[in-house]
Order: sequence, then structure tokens, then C-alpha cells
Amino acid sequence: MKRMEVALALAVALAVAVGTSFVPAASAQPVTDPIGVVKVAKGQPLTIAYWFVVAGPDASLGVDTRRGIEIAIDDKGGKLLGHPIRLIGEDSGCNAEGGQTAATKLAANKAIVAAIGSNCSSEAVPGAPILWKAGMVTVSPSNTAPKLTAPDRGPDFDGYLRTAHNDKIQGRVAAEFARKVLKVSKAATIHDGSPYAEGLAGVFVETLKKLGATVTSQEAIAPTDTDMRPVLTKIAAGKPDLIYYPIFIAAGGHVTRQAKEVAGLAKVKLMGADGMFSPDFLKAAGDPAVGMYHSSPDLTPEALGPKYKEFQEKHQKKYGEKPLSAFHPHAYDAALMIFAAIEKVAKKDAAGDTYVGRKALRDALYATKNLKGLTGTLTCDRYGDCADPKIAVYQLESADPAKWEPGKNPRKIYP
Amino acid sequence: MSRGDPLGSSPSHLERPARRSWVEKLEFVSLFLWAFRVAVILVVIVGTYGTVSAGQYPGPVWADLVVFGLAQGSVYALIALGYTMVYGVLGMINFAHGEVFMSGAYTAYFVADALARSGSLDRHPLWSLLVVAVVSMATSTAVAVLLERVAYRPLRHAPRLVPLIAAIGASFFLQYAFRGLYGSGFKAYPEVAVLKGEWVLAGIRILRTQAVVLVASVLMMLGLYVFVMRSKVGTAMRAVSEDREVAALMGVDVNRVVVVTFAVGAAMAGAAGVLYALVFKQVHFFMGFVPGIKAFTAAVLGGIGNIPGAMLGGLFLGIVESVGPILFLDGLGIVAPYQLKDVIAFTMLVMVLIFRPSGILGERLTVKKA
Repeated sequence: MKRMEVALALAVALAVAVGTSFVPAASAQPVTDPIGVVKVAKGQPLTIAYWFVVAGPDASLGVDTRRGIEIAIDDKGGKLLGHPIRLIGEDSGCNAEGGQTAATKLAANKAIVAAIGSNCSSEAVPGAPILWKAGMVTVSPSNTAPKLTAPDRGPDFDGYLRTAHNDKIQGRVAAEFARKVLKVSKAATIHDGSPYAEGLAGVFVETLKKLGATVTSQEAIAPTDTDMRPVLTKIAAGKPDLIYYPIFIAAGGHVTRQAKEVAGLAKVKLMGADGMFSPDFLKAAGDPAVGMYHSSPDLTPEALGPKYKEFQEKHQKKYGEKPLSAFHPHAYDAALMIFAAIEKVAKKDAAGDTYVGRKALRDALYATKNLKGLTGTLTCDRYGDCADPKIAVYQLESADPAKWEPGKNPRKIYP
Repeated sequence: MSRGDPLGSSPSHLERPARRSWVEKLEFVSLFLWAFRVAVILVVIVGTYGTVSAGQYPGPVWADLVVFGLAQGSVYALIALGYTMVYGVLGMINFAHGEVFMSGAYTAYFVADALARSGSLDRHPLWSLLVVAVVSMATSTAVAVLLERVAYRPLRHAPRLVPLIAAIGASFFLQYAFRGLYGSGFKAYPEVAVLKGEWVLAGIRILRTQAVVLVASVLMMLGLYVFVMRSKVGTAMRAVSEDREVAALMGVDVNRVVVVTFAVGAAMAGAAGVLYALVFKQVHFFMGFVPGIKAFTAAVLGGIGNIPGAMLGGLFLGIVESVGPILFLDGLGIVAPYQLKDVIAFTMLVMVLIFRPSGILGERLTVKKA
């Protein structure tokens, strides 16, 4: 009898194994999709999730982008296809571990239709594949590392797009400014090991070398380092004219404060990037930041047009203060893109429930063409770069965080 | 005569096993450790030679680096004192000590901010800084004493690992309590106008803030040393750290001594917090974590349980972090050596733990018993 039981158990196991492989790709009337279908019952909210850095020293970046989405939801009337839009989210901490945790939590929530995030490229490297494994697309408003949309990025990133510029452009603009306007002949860079900083510093160095300047040293620190004086002393030995440090607020604040204290760097020009483009940076760096340069998206009304002015007024009315960072219009556009794509692919059945196929949503996002957003006209290429990039270089006039107004303080000086 | 086993194969005491030659005595582990020792020494020597022979950095640069290292190291030394004293008296590592350091600095921020806004910080810098320091030390002491009473005293007789886990838990608790209280962002300490700029002593540049840090730390360490060596309470502390039961028999109130130890260590950490904030200006709820670990490393380096050892370990660690990457790694052609400065610091800790576990100045073991 024992042999019979074993044979029976084996047969059942075999049947189950074979049977499950025949389960058709998810289908729920009236939508069939090879990856999965989200069903939003009638009257239930349609869930969009964000994964931003909303806590810690870089919280200004996450809060700013989240507010961009919230205003986009308001402009849509709070409803999409008759369902109220519900925005939930996770803090991603601006590092790989945080991105992984946030993405894992979101991936477990099958009610999420699409995600917006992340803020820091270091989060997207582990996080985007985790979301795409669960079939969720994510549109980033502020990832700028070139490797996330490179042709060799791999199929794990098929569900990833971004409305922020690619740093290939930002690095080039910064280097051209340094060489052509500031007439810099020797420069040094500091990055913090993150994909964003390393990528941007790399593009800067490459372009600068092509334009005929020399790079005296390329240094790196850890994002949690506080004592930058030894690194700055080492840089000072090469006597550069400019130090480009495209890092984040906490470390950037330390570098800025300590650069003037190091022997040999008294006359050196300092230049940062969009990771530090926030009044919180003024708090961190204080008076030594006056006169330094930043490369960042162009947020002046001349570049973005009257719709941006309306956005600013709505922002002031809703939150009582000016935007905290540089990527709120990109977040607004990311939300617009997602809403448009959902409206394109969603199908309602007779009962009033809405169904969204995940692969169809992804394809619709990648097919976005000539979408008029706050940052310009968005068209997505096959690797997920959708931005209409406008990069400017600013110079800081006052270190008072209350006087933060991109365009005036810091003042746009190039192009 | 010999305790033969039932199979009768053990040698009797008349036969001696042949001496194993030293080749046979070699085990894989000791070979590996020797190889590790040689590799690190090679890195140090070749790297130093490479850097010095390239001659890229003139003398003043090295002087600057040593000064930076000393300033950073003295902050580590002050925090390490708390670790070492608690270990000496209780035999446990107080992992929440980094958070004690943070709590002082963070709470004193509000006082410093208020003083700056009212202008006192610029008009009477010395008094204002003293007030800030007092507030910081008082908060740290309060947190540490509470910690001892709530988290450590009930576990006084538990196995060694239990208070350790409690300490780690207390560390998390304090971090997130402060995050809940003050938010997750950072706060910026106000600038003290009189401390901007630098002095030049005997041709060596030193920033004013760093000079204050160095002088204050040295004074406090001297004060602590005198207190521990000369005062009655200090002697009681040393007695309890040597042998708790016998000290109790001699009439020392062990509980009171433990509380005093925590309080003194925390006061040092609170002062270190103010000095740290003066130099780096950013305080946030997580700022105690890394200095705490570095200070623990320093305490172990110098010999845990040994007060001069903690001071020496802190200064040594600071200098190695500052000078090490350039001295060792630049000569080997490694790009961006400062990214690896933590590697250097912790490799040193690993080396010390493997090869001289009692630290540079040796653990204060009990004296030969009669």
C-alpha cells in the first residue's frame, strides 16, 4: 500500500505542476494582458504610488516632487475615469537600500496601477527592476543618471521611464559653461559614489577634456562623510580653478563650508548640480555658498512659459511656500503622462469596473509623443528618456533660505 | 597510573609523543593571518614610498592633514572615553553612547539658535558657548543616566550578551525618538563670528574652530584623568572596575559609582557634541551613529577599559583617517583614495583585534592576585 500512496502523491504533484503551467496569462474580462491586469472596482479609488526621499537631509527633493504630483491630481479634478485618484507612497532614503525597500513594499501591493519615482538614481538601480518584476511601470521625475536609459541597461528596466533630463546633457552644459564662460583651464571633481554623481562628474570631465581643459583630480567621498578637509587639501595640491561637486545636500553643504577654509582654495570657484538645488542647501552651506554656481533644470518663466506661472500660484496657495527643489514640474509631467496612458488603455466593463493591462500601460507610456507638459513637449524614446531638457547654470546671490527663488536667487546666468 | 581508556591505546606517562616540527604545527588559519599581516604592511610601505617619492604634496599639506586629523581625533577621543569607562566599570559596551552624543548636540542647537537670533552669540561668544555646552552636557547626562536606570541596571546580572542587545535597542530607540521629536531633516548651527578664520602658530595653519576643539578636548581629558586618579569618586570607579564584588565589600556604593561613570562619560560626549557641531554645523538625528562606531573603534584600538588608551586611540584614528588615504593609497595609484578612508580605519581595527586584542596600551587587567 505504501507504494501506491507514493505513486498517488507523485501523480497529484505532476498534475498540479503541469496544470499550473497551463493557467492563461492573466485575463479578466474585458482585458487580456501577458503580464497582469489591475481591476479597479466601480467607485473604488485608482491607486498611484510614489517612492521618493521624503525624510532625511534630502527630503526637500521628495516633498517637492510629491507636491508636483498632488497639484497634477488637483488639476485633473482628483478623478480619473470616474475613479478618485489615491496617492500613496514610501520613503526611499536616497540610497540603494532604501530604494530596494520602498520598491519591494510597493511591488507587494497589487492594487497599484503605476508608480512615480524614484528621486535618486541610486534608488532606481535596484528598485526599478523589482517593480517591473511585479509588472509595475515607474516614471521618474528626477533620476538623471545616464545608465538608467542606456541601450545596455537590460530588460529589467523595461518598465522604467523618466521625465527628467539625462545627465549627458547636464554634464555637457556645465562643462561648456566652465570652459567658455568662466574660462577654466584646470578643474577638479568630487563625487559620492552614487550612480548620479559618478555619472554626472564623468560626463563633465569628458566634455571638459574635449574642450581643452585639464582635470587635476577626480575625488570621491562617502555621502555620510562630514570632514571634507583632507580631500579638499589633496585637491588644492593640484591648484584647480574650479571644483565641480555634483552631490547631495548634506555632503555638498560640508564641501562648500570647508572649501574656503582649506589653504590654496581661497580663490577657487565652486560649482554644484541639481542634487543640491534647494533652500535646504543654503541652510547646510551658509554664507560660503554665496557666489557659487549650480547646473540645474531651467525653471525660469521665460523657459517654461505661462503654464508654469499658474503652477507656481497654485503651489503657493496650496502649500504656502515656494517650491523646495528643481523637479516639481517634471513630477507634474510624469503624472500627466501616466494619466494619459491609463486613459488610453483602460477598459470598462458593463458593471462599471475599470481594467488596466500592465503591459499595455507600459507600451502606451513608451509611445508617448508630443505630450505638452510643464517642462516642454515630451516624447519618449525606446529607452525611456522622455524629457524635453532645458539646463541652465545659476549663480547664488544670497544665502538666506527665505530668499530662494530660482531665476533670481540663484540667478540664471547661462545660457 | 595512567588513565588508560578501555581500548588501551593511550600512551602511558612513560612514553612522550615525538615533538612535532614547526612545519607540522602550522595551521591554515595562522598561515592566513601571517599573509594578511604581510599584505597590509606591504600596502603601507609601498604606498608610503610611492607617495613620498612622487613628492606631489609639500610639507604644509602634511601639516594641515595632521592638524585636521588631530581635531577630528579629539572629538572621537572624547566620545571614546565614555565607551571605555563604562566598559571598565560594567564590562559592557554601551552602544547607545553615540546617541547620547547626538542628543546633547541636537538639544543644544535650540539654545544656540536662540542665542544667535538674540545676538548674544556675537556679543559674548565665550559665555554663549559655555551656556550651549552646559545645556548639551546636561541633556547628554540626563539621557545616559536614564538609560542606565531603565535599560542597563535591571540587566546587571544577566549574561554578557543581554545588555549588549539592550544597548543596541536603546540606540535605535533614541535615534527615532529624536527623529519623532525634531523631524528627520537636519538643523544648521549658527556661525560664531569670532571663530571664523584661522591662526598661524609656528608656521602651521590652524582654523580657529579646530583650535577651540583641540584645546577644549585636551583640557577635558586632563580634567578627567585627574578626577579618575586623584578624587575619591575616581578611586571608587577604579576599584569597581578592578573587582566589583570586592569593592562592594570595601564599602563602595557600586550603584552610585556606575551612575557617576555614565554621567561623566555622557558629559564628555555632550561636550564633544558641541565641538562637533561647531566644526561641522549640521546636526540631525542620525549623526551619532558613525562617530559612535568610530569612537568605539578608537576605544578598542587604544585598549578598552583604559582611559589614556581611549584618548590615544581617538587621536591615532583621527590622524590615520586624515593622512592615511593620501599616504598609503595614493602611492599605489588608487583613484579617489578618500572614498576608502573608512576601509583604512576599520582594517586597522580588524588588525588590532586579531594581533593585539588588548589594544595599544593594553586592557587594564586585574593586578596579580596575591
